Amino acid sequence: MAGFSFAEGDWRAGIFGQFKACGVQQMAYVPDAGHASLIKACHADDAIDCTVLTTEEEGVALLAGAELGGQRGVMLMQSSGVGNCVNMFSLLASCRFPFVTLVTMRGEWAEFNPWQVPMGQATQDTFKRFGFIVYRADTGDDAAGMTGSALRLAYDSNCAVAVLLSQRLIGAKTF
Amino acid sequence: MIERREAVGELLKDRPDNLLVVTGLGSPTYDVAAVGDVGRNFYLWGAMGGAASMGLGLAQARPSNRAAVITGDGEMLMGMGSLATIGAKQPENLAILVIDNEAFGETGGQASHTGLTTNLAAVALACGFRKVLTARKHEELAEVRQLLLEEKGPVLAVLKTSASELPRVLPERDGHAIRLRFKQAVAGA
Repeated sequence: MAGFSFAEGDWRAGIFGQFKACGVQQMAYVPDAGHASLIKACHADDAIDCTVLTTEEEGVALLAGAELGGQRGVMLMQSSGVGNCVNMFSLLASCRFPFVTLVTMRGEWAEFNPWQVPMGQATQDTFKRFGFIVYRADTGDDAAGMTGSALRLAYDSNCAVAVLLSQRLIGAKTF
Repeated sequence: MIERREAVGELLKDRPDNLLVVTGLGSPTYDVAAVGDVGRNFYLWGAMGGAASMGLGLAQARPSNRAAVITGDGEMLMGMGSLATIGAKQPENLAILVIDNEAFGETGGQASHTGLTTNLAAVALACGFRKVLTARKHEELAEVRQLLLEEKGPVLAVLKTSASELPRVLPERDGHAIRLRFKQAVAGA
């Protein structure tokens, strides 16, 4: 990997280490400040093909296509994007596609913007209704361990897994 | 006016072994199945708006294969943002064919945007597709086939067809079965 190193103490380094250990080859994302260093790290890695999306549902279909072609992928998004995916999740359920997403949470901890609260509060239930296994990380160590487990569960056992990175972990956005 | 199923048959006749096809739900799935139900076809029966994105993920995973998305105007309209995503990535091995009857054929033939004001080929071009074309006559199919199978992507062709209803040819509907069949076929493609 050239051109990027995580800042001292950035727990996203542990997540990235799991991407590499588990053979992630495609990463799709709608940006979020909470994912910024992880997105940079993936872009700097020649072995990870990064795709920026116009809406999160594209990422569900994109990673399903990647899996058809034999590659492992992960999607990074914010909790507000989970609602954008809902009907596309039926693709995962109908075909039993492996799928992993890391979700930065808004609307749950010292949130400044009330518009983030409805989808943030509905995020976990939305995943559950579509049969996802849902992890919730409150520490950096959790985030790395859960990412590794999610990737193995998905690609070894045909599961859809969401790792929610809590707003308390990420830090509430300030304006 | 181009007759859709006959056209799809000509476009996929003697298809190269390395061609992988993703179909958008509804008539494109029936058309592609009707002209040759092979393992290297992945049929969508839902996930409307996802066909082009799925094609992109597949193309990126299989650079030595050609990936073709064959979909309808309604399905492409729902995933119009994915044309911007594909334009940004410039996959050289991805082609999209939109079978455009200017109507939502599955639901009663209501007029779609492409018969009103939207030009999908122009949208794709504006998103950075390398080449696009819109075909209205049977004689143009050779050019469409060349674009679909050979030219450097991303490319998109719009096939203007009549809105007539054809007999439905229904392939496998179980998504897991379609997926496993496709993956087995790809392993040998």
